[in-house]
Formats: sequence, structure tokens, C-alpha cells
Amino acid sequence: MHRRFLAIWFRHLTTDWWVRKHPELKDTAFLLAAPERGRMIVKAVSSAAQAKGIYANMVVADCRTIFPALQVFDHIPGLERKLLQALAEWCIRYTPVAAVDMPDGLMLDISGCAHLWGGEHAYLKDILNRLRAYGYDVRAAIADTIGAAWGIARYGKITAIITPGTQATALMPLPPHALRLDAAIIARLEKLGLYQVQCFMNMPRSALRRRFGQQLLSRLDQALGQEIEVLEPVCPIIPYQERLPVLEPICTATGIEIALKKMLDKLCTRFTEEGIGLRTCVFKGYRIDGNIQQIQVGTTRPSSNAAHLFKLFELKIPILEPGLGFELFILEATKIEDIPITQDALWNESAHDDVIVSELLDKITGKVGADTIRRYLPAEHYWPERSVTIAASIQDKPAADWRTDIPRPIHILYKPEPIEVSVPIPDYPPMLFIYKGKLHHVSKADGPERIEQEWWIEEGLYRDYYCVEDDKGNRYWLFRSGHYNSREPKWFMHGFFA
Amino acid sequence: MHSKALNSDLIQYLQKEVLSLQGLNKSVGGQHVNTGLGIIESAFPAQIFPTGAVHEFISLSAESAAATNGFISGLISSFMQQRGMCLWVSTRRTVFPPALKVFGIEPDRIIFAEVAKPKDALWVIEEALKCEALAAVVGEVKDLSFTESRRLQLAVEASKVTGFIHRHQPRIENTVACVTRWKIEPVASITEDGMPGLGFPRWNVQLLKVRNGKPGTWQVEWSANSFQHTGRRTQQLPAIQKLKAG
Repeated sequence: MHRRFLAIWFRHLTTDWWVRKHPELKDTAFLLAAPERGRMIVKAVSSAAQAKGIYANMVVADCRTIFPALQVFDHIPGLERKLLQALAEWCIRYTPVAAVDMPDGLMLDISGCAHLWGGEHAYLKDILNRLRAYGYDVRAAIADTIGAAWGIARYGKITAIITPGTQATALMPLPPHALRLDAAIIARLEKLGLYQVQCFMNMPRSALRRRFGQQLLSRLDQALGQEIEVLEPVCPIIPYQERLPVLEPICTATGIEIALKKMLDKLCTRFTEEGIGLRTCVFKGYRIDGNIQQIQVGTTRPSSNAAHLFKLFELKIPILEPGLGFELFILEATKIEDIPITQDALWNESAHDDVIVSELLDKITGKVGADTIRRYLPAEHYWPERSVTIAASIQDKPAADWRTDIPRPIHILYKPEPIEVSVPIPDYPPMLFIYKGKLHHVSKADGPERIEQEWWIEEGLYRDYYCVEDDKGNRYWLFRSGHYNSREPKWFMHGFFA
Repeated sequence: MHSKALNSDLIQYLQKEVLSLQGLNKSVGGQHVNTGLGIIESAFPAQIFPTGAVHEFISLSAESAAATNGFISGLISSFMQQRGMCLWVSTRRTVFPPALKVFGIEPDRIIFAEVAKPKDALWVIEEALKCEALAAVVGEVKDLSFTESRRLQLAVEASKVTGFIHRHQPRIENTVACVTRWKIEPVASITEDGMPGLGFPRWNVQLLKVRNGKPGTWQVEWSANSFQHTGRRTQQLPAIQKLKAG
């Protein structure tokens, strides 16, 4: 089949997008700039600013002298690629093969597509009208080859549609820029007075190769259709979503469970094929009266196990209110992650155990809330309240060792509770203390262990910790806050030893 | 003579059968967990600490609660040497993780679940006991009805996970379906020849009830990563209580 290509050129891609976001900037002169070697360099200009003689790669200060009312905004790096990617995905409505042509264009393979719009003329008009309605300043051309379409979209002056087989004639009056050449080659061509493609198109190939290199020849061949050029089309990401329309409205829990099972099986088959798993998943039921009911589950590690996910959902199905019945179900994975590939160990079952445990934790968090499950890791602080941190995930390993050289009580009080003590001399452990109205005689004691407040985190007094044992054999962790000075220091109970 | 031998065989077989029906499976996955309890193990049927069962601990004061958790930590350390993780369920966490290292546990291998409602906590304990991948499950609850304890017992019978239920200041000490009932009280520690300071943790371990075993009281010290029996068996419960137990 005869191949046809459509090149689209966005003359002010980023600034047009900027105007779409801020409609008040329409028809004003503004530019997008980014710092480069200590100066602000123009990255993109609006059409109004271009009319004033401002171009990309100028210094912003120079532009301000040309046109003082100029508005300057920050350039967003990587914006062009993002916009073109989205526009290419949008263009899939016109052709299945749409490619991004950095830095400012799109290239569509429209072979066998145009007749659906009633010919190439109507087809081109439809695309351009729609893009211009969005506010983009575009030019486009249709030709037999990618190279020709690219050149004519940017430099062509006569017609946008080149009839099949006539690209050589159409290219003749164009400047060498239309062949997508390096700036150095163009400079050399112009130096020799070759201002148009026709000047050198029919020169002997060996002479051209010797003077300008292979690139000129291959670009020329690509434009004329003697060398094949390949497009890299965009592949839009298909959302991880399953839809299940139902014939009769469903209002029973059993019916919902069957629908959910079906959809989970489909979704999980896809996950297993792609080696990913979901972290959060939403199940929506569209009621016939227009109401939408939804339930959501989350997992601690990416999962593609349909049975496990079903169990998580099963706990929440009673939340759904079917009313008069659901007519459509949608299951959507809102957060996905790669499943780390693990080798199943033959003897050690720990990897398998981990999966079972995390499935249990999912079940627990699904029922009683995510903040209930905690694992603790050692933190390098002496201050007891800060000596443990909460682990972020089930796989986290401690960065430091747990300390055993300093005594720590097995039970700790969230908030130290004040006690009354009687101490023989300062810096000695107490002889007796009253905790919750009960008198304890201290028979054995260890300490003090002085722990300074970390001043870079919090201001406060240091603590002198004592491990004490009363005459009944109960062991406590007490501390004195601060030192003996003008006034009595306060004593606190902070924990119980086993 | 022949019939007598046959009878004794039959009786032994029946005793085994009764034990397994009572939830005291001797062989759990073909391996025996050495808890290091020493002389206390003689109180259990077949002199083996019952695994794949639920044990009940009762504490009445904050000090004995700490002692009980210390004793439980010492027990589960031997369980965690073989299998991975342990779930510690409570309505309000009081355990200070760094202290567990002294009892031979890597504190980061314990997953703490802090569930506000006692009813939810029991649900979590039951679900955890059904999960074979856990080494042990510790549950701190206040009250446990007979029906609830039956559910826990049924869960462990299928999964062979060992459960430890710590009841702190229960409203009543009702009968439950657990295989044992313990009370742990701290006692004065012993230091070498009047040296100053505190000694190793030392407890008065009371085994109040044990199904098909002999209850008793012992003094146990935790040192060098194991239970040590420095004192002898202090007292035996009277015969009448022994009959009631279990």
C-alpha cells in the first residue's frame, strides 16, 4: 500500500499551552525563561513577542530593552515532551500510528486513514481546526515520506498536501533547513551558495558525500523516499480497570461477590502477565438511580493474588448499599507496583511466610485501620522516647543494632508519672517513694544513668535514671529531672522492669 | 498375661487419643520446641511444653504485668529461633521494644498491633492464630469469655500456632478453654555476695492449671538468655486443688 505521512508543527507549543492555562495572557508578549550560566535565557516566546523581534536563546535582559512591557515566566523543563506525548495520544483518534517528533512536532502515519474523513483535504482541515480551536498555532503537511512532510510543514509555501510521487518537485524550492540537517552542514551549504534543495539535489552523490558527509545523502534519500525511515509510535497506557455491565440490576451480596470475583480474576491475570501487583484498588458499583457506591482496599506489599484480594473486599462488601440494584461495576487499580521477583527457596520457607504474614496484615488493616500495625526499629538516640522509630514497611531492616548494654524496662509509661521520693543525699537513689498513693521501700538500686536532652531537637532538663527494686521484689525505672539547685528537682516513674 | 499387655497398650493408645482430642498435640510439625523451662516442663503432659495451644496468663498489678510479659518474651524467644515473626496484639501498647532484646528476641521481628476495641483485638488475635506463618501470637486483653477462648483454641488446633493470652486485671478469673493458666510475680533479685545494684529478673512462676499435668510453683531467673532454676521447687499445691485444676 502507498504510504502517506502527516507532519504537524507547533510553532509556539509551550507558550500556547501557557495561554491555555492563563487565558488573560492571550495576545500579550511574554516569554518563558530558564537560568543558564548565571543568565536568564529565553526558552520559548509567544507569537506576540516574536512579532516584536524576540527569539529563543536570547538573554532576557536584552529582550527587556527591546520591549520593556515583556512578561517573563519560568520555563518548565521537560514540558515539551509531556505535551507532545499527550497530543500524540490525542491524535490516535485519527490514526493508530502517531509519533512524537521532538522538539516541536508530531508525525502521523495516515496510510489508509484519510478516506474515512472524506479525503486528505477534509482530514487535514479537521485536525488543524481542532488543534487551532485548542489555541495551538499549528502548520501541517501531508506527503509520501516523513522527511518531505516535515520539510513542507515548516518551510513549504505553496500547498500543504503533496500529491503522491511529487515530493521531489515540492522539495526543490525549499531551503536546505527543510532536510533536517545539522547546523554545521547547513552553514557549509550556504557558504557555497546552495540556498535551495534543487541546487544540490542532482549533484553526483560521491561529490556530495565527500564534501558534506553521509548525513546529507541519507536525509535527502529519506525525503525522496529512497530510504526507509521508521516511526516510533506512542503506546498509551491502558488503565488497570475492569468494567462489568450487568443485564439485570444486582442487589444481593452473592451477586456482587460473583461480579467481583470475575473482575478480580481478569485483572489479576493481566497483573501476573506484566509482573506487577496492586497496592490500592477501588471497586465501584453504579446504581440504577445514579448513585455510585464504592469500597477500597490496600495491601502492604504489591499483590496479584485474586483470592487474597477477594478476601479483603469481602470484609467490606456489607458497606455497599445496593438500593434498587447495581447496573455497572468498575474495578480499578489506583496504585500499582512491580512485584519483586523472588526465587522460591526449597528448604527455607521464609519468603513464602512473608507473603502469608503480609496477607494477614492486609486483612487486619482492612478491618481495624492501617495505623494499628507497627514494627519498631532502633533509632540512634539515648532519650528513651526517641530510641525507637516506626518501620515504614514490613521488609525494613534495622540500620543499627539493638543495644543490650544499658538496662531498659520491658514496660514503659507513655508519659512519665510524678512520684514523691525521699533521698538521703543528692545524686543518690531514693530510699523510699510514693507511687499512686502507695509507699515503696527501696532495697536495691542501680544508677544513675544520665541522659541529656538533645538540645538540637528539644530544650529541656537532663534525666538521671535509676533502676530500683522495692522490698517486695518489684523493679522500677525512676528518674530525676534536672539537678539539685535552688529548688527541689522533680522525680518521675517511667517504667517497670520484668 | 497376654491380655494385660494388650490392655496397657490400649490404655496408652487411648490416653494419646484423649490428649489429641483435648488439643494437646505432642508433635507439632514433627519438631519439638525446646523452651528451656527445665524442671517446669515436668508439669506438662509427656514432659513437653504444649505447642499449638493457647496459654493463659493472669496479672493483677502493673509490676506483675511487666514480669508476665518478660516471662512470655523468654518463652517466645525459643519459638522465634525457628520461624520468622511474632504478632503482639494489645489494646494499648506498654511493651518497650528495645527491652525485648535482653530476652533473646530481635525486637524488629515482632509486629505490634494496637487495637483500641477489645472486641477487635480478639478478632485480630483469632485471625493471627489462624496464620501458620507466625511463630507465636501474644494477645493482651482484659477479659476473655469461655466461648471466645474456644474460638481461639479451635483456631490453633488447625494452624498449630502457639498463642499466649495475657489478661491484665480481669474482672473475673473465669474458666477458659486454654491448656494452662499461669501467674507470674516478680521476686527480689539476687546479687552476688551483697554486691550493690540489681540482679537478673527473677520471678515466682505459678502454674495454676494445666490440662492433664501437675500444677506447681517455681522460682525462675532469666539470665544468659535462658531460664535458670536457682531455687528448688518451693511448694506443691494441695491435692484438693490439683483435682480441680484442668
